[in-house]
Amino acid sequence: MKEVVNTKTVLQVPKWKFARLHTNFSVSNFFIYGAGIIVIFIITCALFPKWLAPYSPTFMDTASTLSAPNSAHWFGTDYFGRDVLSLVIYGSRDSLIIGIASVLIGGLIGGIIGSAAGYFGGIIDVVFMRFIEILMTIPAVLLALAIAAALGPGLFNIVLAVAAASIPGYARVMRGQMISIKKRQYVDASRSIGTHEWKIFLWHLLPNSWSPLLVMATIGLGSSILIGAGLSFLGLGVIKEIPDWGALLSQGRGYLTVGWWICTFPGLAITLLVLSVNIMGDKLRDTFDPKISKKR
Amino acid sequence: MAIVNKILLKILTALVSIFGSLVLVFCIIYLLPGDPVLSMLDPSVATPEMVENLRKELGLDQPFYVQFLDYFMNVLHGDFGQSLVNRDQVLPKILEHFPATLALTLASALVSIIIGVFFGVLSAIYRNKWIDFIARLIGLFGISMPTFWSGILLILIFSVFLNWFPAMGSDGWKTIVLPSLSLGFVGAGLIIRMVRTSMLEVINEPFIVTLRAKGLSERAVMYRHALRNALIPAITIIGLNIGELMAGTVVIETVFSRQGIGRIVADAIMAKDLPVIQGVVFFSAIVFVVINLLVDLSYSIIDPRVRRAN
Repeated sequence: MKEVVNTKTVLQVPKWKFARLHTNFSVSNFFIYGAGIIVIFIITCALFPKWLAPYSPTFMDTASTLSAPNSAHWFGTDYFGRDVLSLVIYGSRDSLIIGIASVLIGGLIGGIIGSAAGYFGGIIDVVFMRFIEILMTIPAVLLALAIAAALGPGLFNIVLAVAAASIPGYARVMRGQMISIKKRQYVDASRSIGTHEWKIFLWHLLPNSWSPLLVMATIGLGSSILIGAGLSFLGLGVIKEIPDWGALLSQGRGYLTVGWWICTFPGLAITLLVLSVNIMGDKLRDTFDPKISKKR
Repeated sequence: MAIVNKILLKILTALVSIFGSLVLVFCIIYLLPGDPVLSMLDPSVATPEMVENLRKELGLDQPFYVQFLDYFMNVLHGDFGQSLVNRDQVLPKILEHFPATLALTLASALVSIIIGVFFGVLSAIYRNKWIDFIARLIGLFGISMPTFWSGILLILIFSVFLNWFPAMGSDGWKTIVLPSLSLGFVGAGLIIRMVRTSMLEVINEPFIVTLRAKGLSERAVMYRHALRNALIPAITIIGLNIGELMAGTVVIETVFSRQGIGRIVADAIMAKDLPVIQGVVFFSAIVFVVINLLVDLSYSIIDPRVRRAN
């Protein structure tokens, strides 16, 4: 009897864990929904800034430069008379692009390196992971900074720099997961009935190892946005008419004593976005990792 | 003897990591596009001969491996090269500014530990109560706020409006308060989570049940036994964080106009002064590796289980 039950559970490839997201409700639901609304709103700002911004980001209201938040300019105006609210709305696009693109590139490269190292093992594992360890000897912020400085200022260069700095984390997560999944009995079982090695990789290993990478990417999105904004705050971004949030903050820094609002609102926007992304990342991690969620 | 061998092996691994990071830093600067010689000379007056002469003078006409070997031998002799802007030696400049950065890093680590352990313990003891909720929210804000923004907010509140602390400079203890608060808050966010998780893990261990069963007060159980065991993972996080905190000084020293190696990098970026960037990044990698080594070693001394496993 026992044997039969075992075979059944062994041969059953676990279902993708996405369905679990809908269960497992807890007290913090309010924050999850709040975070979701903020993220959706910021994405809307990035996609359709024209609909939401009260002014053009380049329009200079010379009659009211450096005016404090009022009914005409909710977030006040800067030293050129530009509307800070409109600048923040238009700036969301570059800030989001830096975060999302660098997570996609870093996650893809890190995922490929990690799954190759974990799946093949042996010399490939040693070579890849030594490389990853060397990348990790330099703190992420400094690594991104050195790469961005060598590449020169530019949006895509910032994306590359932040992506390169995030590769080690993704590679390590993917490798660990791959190593644990490839030893599962259902993989052996599938191999024993003659499934092709590529099919095992694509149908059994990848679908079952991507969830930690997804969680890592969600949590990593927050820090990528922060590092990207930091680089552009330091002047490694592009100087153009519509600055991203980091550049906006660095421009407002010189006017702290005369206009607190120029720095405050772009920073608030970064914080709200990263906070929301982190809340969602935490929720994802709890959902995918029953070991942790049980403790809470 | 086994433990001596283990320590020697760890030191050797650390040296290999440092060499690896040297190769990496050199490759980043060498392989990526952009010609340092062209950026040094004023394009309006530079003739091709001048460019060639300068290239020869700096040894940049040599093949990759010759340049790397030269750089490597120089580094072994304590020569990190010279600034492209004012021909200053890089290493003395770094060493001159390092104490200010180190002070800021340690002060930030202290802030992280105090805030982090305090709220982490509260959060675990009052699990799922409103205190836990607030402590976790503070932790989330800590890891979500960009340091350049929290720094600017602190300047606005405590320098511009209240005038309690100076907004810039690096002389005297007062100048270190705001930057270390701003930087330490990030570490605190990580430590709150770490202490909370490891406290909750320890609370479920059988020895806690035994302590309660023998009638020890809840306070003694929590602070004398649970906290002490929960601190081990927190120490690792703090140790690993010191490297990240030091990297964070690049931004925070710029915000507070402090003199330090972070500021040197930020200025070098503006001036495209690659040898200086290279030098500081490599120097930080060394410090980072050494700190990790120390954390690793102290870890095995603090935790008897790790020590005996050796």
